[in-house]
Amino acid sequence: MEMDLLQHFDAYVAAEKKIEPKDWMPDAYRKTLVRQISQHAHSEIVGMLPEGNWISRAPSLKRKAILMAKVQDEAGHGLYLYSACETLGVERDDLIADLHSGKAKYSSIFNYPTLTWADMGAIGWLVDGAAIMNQVPLCKCSYGPYARAMVRVCKEESFHQRQGFQIMLTLANGTEEQKAMAQDALNRWWWPSLMMFGPPDDNSPNSAQSMAWNIKRFSNDELRQKFVDLTVPQAELLGLTLPDPDLTWNEETGHYDFGEIDWSEFQRVISGHGPCNKERLETRRNAWDNGAWVREAAQAHAEKRAARRDAAGETAAA
Amino acid sequence: MPPAKPLPLNFSVVDKKHWPLWEIFIRSRQGLSHRHVGSLHAADAEMAVENARDVYTRRQEGASIWVVPADSITASSPDERDLLFDPANDKVYRHPTFYDLPDEVKHM
Repeated sequence: MEMDLLQHFDAYVAAEKKIEPKDWMPDAYRKTLVRQISQHAHSEIVGMLPEGNWISRAPSLKRKAILMAKVQDEAGHGLYLYSACETLGVERDDLIADLHSGKAKYSSIFNYPTLTWADMGAIGWLVDGAAIMNQVPLCKCSYGPYARAMVRVCKEESFHQRQGFQIMLTLANGTEEQKAMAQDALNRWWWPSLMMFGPPDDNSPNSAQSMAWNIKRFSNDELRQKFVDLTVPQAELLGLTLPDPDLTWNEETGHYDFGEIDWSEFQRVISGHGPCNKERLETRRNAWDNGAWVREAAQAHAEKRAARRDAAGETAAA
Repeated sequence: MPPAKPLPLNFSVVDKKHWPLWEIFIRSRQGLSHRHVGSLHAADAEMAVENARDVYTRRQEGASIWVVPADSITASSPDERDLLFDPANDKVYRHPTFYDLPDEVKHM
């Protein structure tokens, strides 16, 4: 029986059909999705913190309004994703508890500090750029609610990358100091951005299964290459230098060759030893704990309002 | 369904009291029907409408919002999908293309 269901499921997914919440699915498929979607949601939420750092210090009112809109979008993206994840039969509060206890992971890129205003440019341009590269194929993922959430996210995300590039463009065309600040931000964010695509294909154990399930459409290395190929001309346009002496155009392959990624740094950061891991989690936990009274008050208010409505109903009935 | 995990000890009691889940439907403009866009948690219906405004209509996507408690929705069972929709399968004559007309009849 289980075997029949599994065969039917595999054939169904292979035929590019969508799985919806109440459909039968293998436990491993459900688990993979819960892990991936919740990590994705956590990344959106924690991703608000590095940028939140600059809201009060944005160089103009216009930049401040844009940054606030972007950070608000990230909160929205987190909520779309938590909502998609809950269709798989998990409770949102449990997912958040896993983030706060350190059990759940989020994108390692958000464990780096945002030291200057140029970092807002580099993050929008590179980090959101890499995120879009990862997310566009997910719009066609086999799990309906995840795919639909991704369509919304991708639609909103393109403004994020453009505003980042525009910040870089303004700085790159500014004073010597401003250009140097943009270059410094690029130097710090380039390699972590390449790491966002995950470990190299020969060291990515879950990839094959995710590909078979049509959750993942392209391999980590394929997406990384696509990102490099697209970004190099953009850096040239900015007049900035990518911090990789091995970066060269390869006539034969039609792609850019690039230098070795320091995967030991990736492992270090993802296992909790990046520059800001502790600070990020502490900020999240504090936000949750300090917001407890708000959640309590809203609940009490809702109960009171419901009770008043019931009482009014009884009077009317009498 | 994965088993419920225990919450860490430092969580206060209220955290275990989940706000209910609301399904959100948005009418993007007058003349169109409301469409399901996702869900969210809120203490009551009024709060669900306010949150839906912030979560699902940040770019003027909405002219009207419906919020429905998720547990009030009754859905057909996917296991019975074939059986449920079977009666429509053999009634091609319900479609206009079933009828061959002479070429002389241009618009019908």
